Amino acid sequence: MSSRHIISLLMENESGALSRVAGLFSARAYNIESLTVAPTEDATLSRMTIVTVGSEDVIEQIIKQLNKLVDVVKVLDLTEGSHIERELMLVKVRAAGKEREELKRMADIFRGRIIDVADLTYTIELTGTGTKLDAFLEAIDQGAILETVRTGASGIGRGDRILKV
Amino acid sequence: MELTGAEIVTRCLAEEGVEFVFGYPGGAVLNIYDEIFKQNKFKHVLVRHEQAAVHAADAFARASGKVGVALVTSGPGATNAVTGIATAYMDSIPVVIISGQVPTAAIGLDAFQEVDAVGITRPCVKHNFLVKDVGELASTIKKAFHIAATGRPGPVLVDIPKDVTFHKTEFAYPDSVSMRSYNPVLKGHSGQIKKAAQMLLEARRPMIYTGGGVILGNASEQVTELARLLHYPVTNTLMGLGGYPASDRQFLGMLGMHGTYEANMAMQHCDVLLAVGARFDDRVIGNPAHFAREQRRIVHIDVDPSSISKRVKVDVPIVGDVRQVLDELLKLFKASKETPDEAALNTWWTQIELWRSRNCLKYNRESEIIKPQFVVEKLWEVTGGDAFVTSDVGQHQMWAAQFYKFDKPRRWLNSGGLGTMGVGLPYAMGAQLAHPEATIACITGESSIQMCIQELSTCKQYRLPVKIINLNNRYMGMVRQWQEFFYGSRYAESYMESLPDFVRLAESYGHVGMRIDKPEDVEGALKEAFSPALKERLVFMDFQTDQTENVYPMVEGGKGLSEMILAEEL
Repeated sequence: MSSRHIISLLMENESGALSRVAGLFSARAYNIESLTVAPTEDATLSRMTIVTVGSEDVIEQIIKQLNKLVDVVKVLDLTEGSHIERELMLVKVRAAGKEREELKRMADIFRGRIIDVADLTYTIELTGTGTKLDAFLEAIDQGAILETVRTGASGIGRGDRILKV
Repeated sequence: MELTGAEIVTRCLAEEGVEFVFGYPGGAVLNIYDEIFKQNKFKHVLVRHEQAAVHAADAFARASGKVGVALVTSGPGATNAVTGIATAYMDSIPVVIISGQVPTAAIGLDAFQEVDAVGITRPCVKHNFLVKDVGELASTIKKAFHIAATGRPGPVLVDIPKDVTFHKTEFAYPDSVSMRSYNPVLKGHSGQIKKAAQMLLEARRPMIYTGGGVILGNASEQVTELARLLHYPVTNTLMGLGGYPASDRQFLGMLGMHGTYEANMAMQHCDVLLAVGARFDDRVIGNPAHFAREQRRIVHIDVDPSSISKRVKVDVPIVGDVRQVLDELLKLFKASKETPDEAALNTWWTQIELWRSRNCLKYNRESEIIKPQFVVEKLWEVTGGDAFVTSDVGQHQMWAAQFYKFDKPRRWLNSGGLGTMGVGLPYAMGAQLAHPEATIACITGESSIQMCIQELSTCKQYRLPVKIINLNNRYMGMVRQWQEFFYGSRYAESYMESLPDFVRLAESYGHVGMRIDKPEDVEGALKEAFSPALKERLVFMDFQTDQTENVYPMVEGGKGLSEMILAEEL
């Protein structure tokens, strides 16, 4: 039985660290749905969020193999407890004439913001879970979508579930 | 005082107590070689191909328990080293590989002899480093040795751009390493160890299965003491041979694809299994679903958490240094008032002896053509069972494992994980340098030996008197065996045409060559080769062996461990 897991990890912020993680997933044929990475408030550490799908056995191996990487400091499976997950999406849509009003309304309903306005286009910024972003894309006129860019999920534990060195 | 990067490299190696560096010079490492020329703390061994440098360093580590060191140049030096690195990685051998790199300013510009060594080796090293700043060179080399040798050991590559080797900095070699991201667990969980002890005492059909981790973790004494204390049967994996004395009655032989009938049957039918420093790989347990059909409880001790429950679910996992954990277990057994159920154990041993009586390793001793098994048996006799034996990969490797009874750890050197043909001769070199007075025998085949035959030259230069036992059947024997069994005897490209005259080849390198054609000459030839008269010489013994001989028993790929093909059934 495969299920979706969000794995958070802290690793040394060194060149090549990202490729060690990416290489591990490809070498062992694990899935990556998305992967995001950026330095933390401590610039020597990077935090990575990996969304993956696998059976319990595979997820156990993924976590063990990640822990085994010499640059990795800590690994946490966020989906083992309660957590928050967010993804950022920018969508450029064709917005001319009366479509402009409709797209503005849809953006408001999804708590998105229009961050760029041009004569014929809007660029809408939206955050939420992946399914919410999917829902937005389905809700608007498919023909209006000119371009989308998504960051992949970032995640954090709720309450006192903290991933820190 | 400020030192150059190249001076720092040699000083660091001296600080680590390195005795031998196996290597091959080239443009990117010339500054380092210039410093090697000026120092006398360690010896450099010039191989004839970088692959052999890493193999020899790997063998030095296997035979001595110390970290092996190899030095190669950038580009092709690094790529040639990759097979050696991957071989060491698969068998968890501590090796530090220093590779030259083009100057930092040239990296990424497709410079002459440039290759992304860190990128190419990433999947087959425990860790690797690109040193861009001479200020970090000493601490990086310290980390490399630390990472290579601790936890589950493995190769570590340090890639050093040429400009870093002439930049200067103050030199201080760190006394210790502290890495927040790397702290292997060594002490086993005491609650788990108690549980394991209890489970082992309750066993009615116990089995002890140990692997390369026992050799690497220097725990064969503990395994032996524990097995004798409980009077439980023991099997070793290919990598674990020598972990328990093979000539002891409690030893059931190697298990796995070419394991003994008794070891595989006992493994399949035991009710409590103690696995130590082993990883239940595909060549050992066969089909995991078939293995899981029998009910058994498993205690698994390993220093690497990712080895546990990877292929087989276990009941009591214990992560830790195998030696420390076994010491804890031994303490519990010695203090315990409980003992194993003697009646049950007797019944189990009766069953095992019945399996053993199948005599699964028997072969035709009346043959008029030399049987390879016979050569290995005679080698064992002639060397008093006390040689360091290296092998290449294939049938001869399996016969060496089956017929040379290893009573001590670190005596058996072969490429178990990667299965690298060509390791035998460089392994013999590394073992001979680690133990200059010891007898070193390289059991090989006419196909494998040709993959690193150039090292006969290195052996001459450094007067390495290894003895090469070439089991020459004119075939890639294991390929031929699979083609016979599974491909309708269509021997596609497995016949070894146009072989050299190995006797004259050996002689042309300045060694002694012998050709042995008849079974009655085997013992005499071996006695002569291992006699004091030839103690200082490399002897290449070319045994013309039976082309049709196969390795039995055999568990076909994908089959269950107890579904063996035995010689008698054919």
